[in-house]
Parts: sequence; C-alpha cells; structure tokens
Amino acid sequence: MPNILVVEDSPTMRQLIGFAIKRIPDSTLIEATDGVDALKKLSSEKVDIILADINMPVMDGIKLVSLVRGTPSYKNIPIIMITTQGAEEDKKRALSAGANAYLTKPVKTQELIRLVNSFIS
Amino acid sequence: MEKDSGIAKNVDEFLQIFRKGEEFTKDLIKENERLRFRIAQLEETLDKSENEERVKLYEDRIRMLEEELNSLLEKYRKVEEENKDFASKYVEVETENNNLANLYVASYQLHSTLDFNEVLRIVLEIVINLIGAEKFAILLMDEKTNELVPVASEGLSLNDMPKVKTGEGTIGRVAREGESYFSENITHASMVDAISPSVCIPLKIKEHVIGVISIYSLFVQKTGFSNMDYELFNLLAGHAATAIFSSRLYSQSERKLTTIQSFLDLLKEKPRR
Repeated sequence: MPNILVVEDSPTMRQLIGFAIKRIPDSTLIEATDGVDALKKLSSEKVDIILADINMPVMDGIKLVSLVRGTPSYKNIPIIMITTQGAEEDKKRALSAGANAYLTKPVKTQELIRLVNSFIS
Repeated sequence: MEKDSGIAKNVDEFLQIFRKGEEFTKDLIKENERLRFRIAQLEETLDKSENEERVKLYEDRIRMLEEELNSLLEKYRKVEEENKDFASKYVEVETENNNLANLYVASYQLHSTLDFNEVLRIVLEIVINLIGAEKFAILLMDEKTNELVPVASEGLSLNDMPKVKTGEGTIGRVAREGESYFSENITHASMVDAISPSVCIPLKIKEHVIGVISIYSLFVQKTGFSNMDYELFNLLAGHAATAIFSSRLYSQSERKLTTIQSFLDLLKEKPRR
C-alpha cells in the first residue's frame, strides 16, 4: 500500500496528479503545498515515494530533494521531479540534487503512473 | 506252386495298393503345396489391401488434422487481431479517460471560486500545466473603450503588453470575430512580439467575447498541439469566460454591497448625533 507524497503549489496540478495516483492500486495520496509542508508530512507520515515540483514558494523542489537526501531516515525514498522546465541543464540539476527521475509538464498520466509503478513495485 | 502264385498275387495287390497310396500321397502333397501357395498369395493380397486401406486412413487423418490446424491457425489469427484491437481500444479508452480527467480538473478548478484574481490564477495554471504554454497573457475587454486590456500574464511582464483595440491585429481580430487563431509555427522563442501570438483563444459567453488568451510560446518539450489541447482551448473559451465574468460581477457586487452597507451604517449612525 504505497503512500505517495505530492509536493505541488498548484491546486490544479495536485488534483490532476491525485486523479492519476487513484489509478495505482491501494495507493494513498498525501498532499503538500511546498517544501516545508512536505518535510512536515514526511515527519508525521510514512512516505514511499515523493513527486515534487521544482518551482514552489517557501522552499523549492531542489532544496527539498537535498534535504531529503541528507536525512538518513528519508534518504532512500524515491523522488520524481515534475516541472515545466524541459531543458537538459534543468534535468541535470534535479538529478544531481538527488532526484531519481524527471517529468516535464504537461504531464502524461500514463507516463506518470508507469514511472511511479517502476519505483514502488 | 499254388501257394507261391497266391503269395505273388497278394504281393502284386499289395504293391498296387501301395503304388496307389504313393500316388495319392503325391497328389495330396501337390495339393497341399498348391493350397499353401494359394494361401500365401491370398495373405499377400490381403496385406497389400490392408496397407492401402491404412495409408488411405492415415491420409484422411492427416488431411483432417491439417484442416483442423488451418482452422485453429485462422482462429488464432482472429484472436490475435481481436487482441490487438482490444489493446488499441484500451489505450484509446485510457487516453480518453485521462483527457476527461484533465477537462474535469480544469472545469472544476475554474468554477471552484468566485474570487476574480484566483480565477485568473487558475486560468494561468491550466494554460501552464495542461497546455504547456511558456509565455502568454489574458486580456479582457473594456466595454467602455472597446479595448482589450491585459490583466494577467506568465513569462512576460504585463507592462510589456499593450492594450489592443477590437479588430486590430491578430488579437483584435480574434476578439471581434470570436474565432480561435492557431499559427502554423509553434514558437519556443525567447523574444516574443506582444501583438503577434502563436495562438489566440477568444473567451466567449455564448457569442459575446469578453476577452482573449494570447499564447506566444510553448515549453521546449511541447512540440505541437494534441486533440486534448484543442479540447482544452474549447473548454477555456467557454468555462474560463463564464468563470472570469461571474467572478468579476461577484467582486463588483461585493464592492457595491460593501459601499451600500457603509452608507446604511452611516445613515443609521446619523440620528445619534
């Protein structure tokens, strides 16, 4: 029963990702609006995978990834970055910060489900 | 003498009988050989015909099995085709399902608030996240001046956006005619011309245009528009228009209500003096 943490400031994107995640059997959606909110959720709930946007207020996705990778209890949680930035250097930036995979907007639902499944199965 | 001749007679008789017996035995042996030969002949014929029958039987069986195999192969081919058909239909249904989810989310979000600025923010989010536009603006019609006034933008400053008169350029023409405009070339350019968008969508309530969404460039990963994008453009044309219009009316009426309420409060306070 995977718990999926979605870190995204846009309610539209959160709802959209939520719809996609509902199609992963027995999965539970945990929502966070920014990096700080995500860290709070991580400390209070068991999380199996993180889907995070890069551009967010308060704490962006890259900073969140660095903090997660630096915390022993969270460092092995797979992280998928979801962002508007499709340039190669942005991908490198996210992956070198510690993200496991990278998806660009507009997100294709099947691609998102396939990617999440590849980390939780 | 008589005795000797009797013996000789008996011997002759015996010899005759013996010879007859010999002949009979020879005949019997001959007949036996003939019959054995005949039996051998008959057995051979029988074997031959049995083999032929067996071969015929096997041939029939092979033919039957071949027919069965062909029919099974044909059935397998049909099932395979059906399978492919089902797989492609499944993908179609999946895509349709995802598209419907996108449209539902867009529509749900657009009508989730009556706050004018929040509605504008939601329209921006939809255009960024669901369409993949990098630089775009929302322009609303000022009914008094008949001009399109930029009210929100992404990727470019509102100050860089000019007001556009109805009928003027691509944006003005879309506002006047109420028909969407799609340029043949999708741009990913860093510099954009504010009056020459790649895509311009009229925001319409029935046939009344209240504004436009003017898209100048798309994200690098977005190489073209899909059917889903056109569906979203249609949805935005109608739903975003009503959401913007109703939220603006609501904000105005809220303001008026506050003003009237203030007047009423003022009037109520007057007798106390």
